[in-house]
Amino acid sequence: MSAQAPLLLDDRDRALLDGSEGEAMRFAMQVVVRAAEIARAERLEDISFAHIDACFYNGQAHVDFARYMVDNGARLAVRAWTNTSLVSQIDEEIRPREDDPVVIGGARLLMDLYERLGCEPVWTCAPYQLPERPELGEHIVASESNAVAFYNSVIGARSNKYGDYLDVCAALVGRVPYAGLHTDEGRRGELLVRLDAVPPALRREDIFHHVLGHYLGRLAGSRVAVIEGLPADSNDDQLKAVSAAAAASGAVALFHALGVTPEAPDADTAFQGRAPAQVVDVDPAALVEARDSLSVGGAGTLAMVALGTPHFSFTEFERLVPLIDGRRVHADTLFYVSTSRHVRARIERQGWTPILERAGVRVIVDTCTYFSPAVRGCRGRVMTNSAKWAYYAPGMLPVEPVFGSLEECVESAVRGEVWREARLWSGDAWGVRA
Amino acid sequence: MERRCLGRARVSDAPLEARVLHAGSAAGEALVLDEPLSFWGGFDAASGIIVDRHHPQRGASIAGRFLVLPESRGSAGTPAGVAEAVRRGTGPVGIVLGRADMNVAIGALVAAKLYAIEVPVLVIGDAERSRVRTGDRLRSDNHGMIYVSRAG
Repeated sequence: MSAQAPLLLDDRDRALLDGSEGEAMRFAMQVVVRAAEIARAERLEDISFAHIDACFYNGQAHVDFARYMVDNGARLAVRAWTNTSLVSQIDEEIRPREDDPVVIGGARLLMDLYERLGCEPVWTCAPYQLPERPELGEHIVASESNAVAFYNSVIGARSNKYGDYLDVCAALVGRVPYAGLHTDEGRRGELLVRLDAVPPALRREDIFHHVLGHYLGRLAGSRVAVIEGLPADSNDDQLKAVSAAAAASGAVALFHALGVTPEAPDADTAFQGRAPAQVVDVDPAALVEARDSLSVGGAGTLAMVALGTPHFSFTEFERLVPLIDGRRVHADTLFYVSTSRHVRARIERQGWTPILERAGVRVIVDTCTYFSPAVRGCRGRVMTNSAKWAYYAPGMLPVEPVFGSLEECVESAVRGEVWREARLWSGDAWGVRA
Repeated sequence: MERRCLGRARVSDAPLEARVLHAGSAAGEALVLDEPLSFWGGFDAASGIIVDRHHPQRGASIAGRFLVLPESRGSAGTPAGVAEAVRRGTGPVGIVLGRADMNVAIGALVAAKLYAIEVPVLVIGDAERSRVRTGDRLRSDNHGMIYVSRAG
């Protein structure tokens, strides 16, 4: 086996390995060093921020690890925020402890332990919607797949897709292996995806961004794609949709969009002066196929509408509120929106909560509708405006997802059955012959 | 990496020389997976059974086996899925990967720390991996040598 240059460590790294800050910090440093050896990194890089996923309960091993860190004097080197949880600390009734005492008790304990470790309890899968974003070029740790893709692509902060434990250990020591998407080389575009054949009007629709992301994930896998043809004013909610869907259907951790994302003012910059390894002209028929794969359920009665995967933003509420104001969700249909406590506090201050409550819309925080027993007990059609929700739901829940626009979700909820806006689904709209 | 003579007859062909992501010696019957496995969602740590409905080896138990697979799939939850399986005794005794998979290795490292159970994580090339079949007996040493023997 070829010799590997020894990993370059600084004085503090070595002191941590020597146990100068206790057993937990020593182990955290050992984990980061092991990760660097596996990645064949030559050195470590300082990080400024971490969004951690290990706070999402999936068994006692999660609790044991956090407890070990807390009990052995671990201290965070950087600011760390928490990903969404299996349960809500605030809306406890969504998933009462009696439902499953071991799992729910474990999940609550885990949340407490990460707060004791010093994490800021934001409990959101869309941390980039909160104030104080990292900046272009800043090295950070992210682990939730949509957040990794958004931070890298839309903000230009640098993170690999970190798994549980390593995310926490990196936040404790403030260091990551300098490898992958932390390096310039790792961020170079590999394939060019052109939208020339997609009607410009469609490219402005929210559903297009979800479908494009879903298509892109399947096309790109883990490669860095460069999209040509997204509107220059594509907003954060639309770019969230591309990020989340591409990270779910593929393993996309970074994409560039020419003229839209910060590392892609032009093709030459995005490809770092080289030619793309592959050029794909998106066939509208392939997009239609990707779109239709997101709807298992067809026309008919609707059991639920689920919005907010990833968490609903303030600007998404800004669009939802006028659509639902003065209307009433059908008696046989549930309507859930998942968001962060930060965004919910903002909509409360805005005076929107009574409007949503009167309409029969339930806004939940800290968690996702996937993990709500209301959804778990639900059978039949569930409508969502999220390609990520539609992609994952059939594997996790006994439901038939129906993908549609925000407007379609609202109108369908009021009617109690799936409603389609004809103009969005015509062949002309998608650039294919009917 | 140096080869070590173990003073024992070779069990079949030449041993496979692996890159060691997490060291440890182990022995067990191979379970070869045709596709990557998600240890979060695709696998039930309570039973040790593969539950991913799209996985070709769905329904197989990895408990006590020497697990051979291309890599893990996707989720950030994989390391904790590995550690949880080790904790419960429903996990493999050793893992042979086709690629240096950090999530699996970190899961094994944390499990070793928390539970003092060593599950070696080793990497071999695709050609070597294709020589191993489900049911083969695998034995690995601390230096990443994997000895394969086949009944009959």
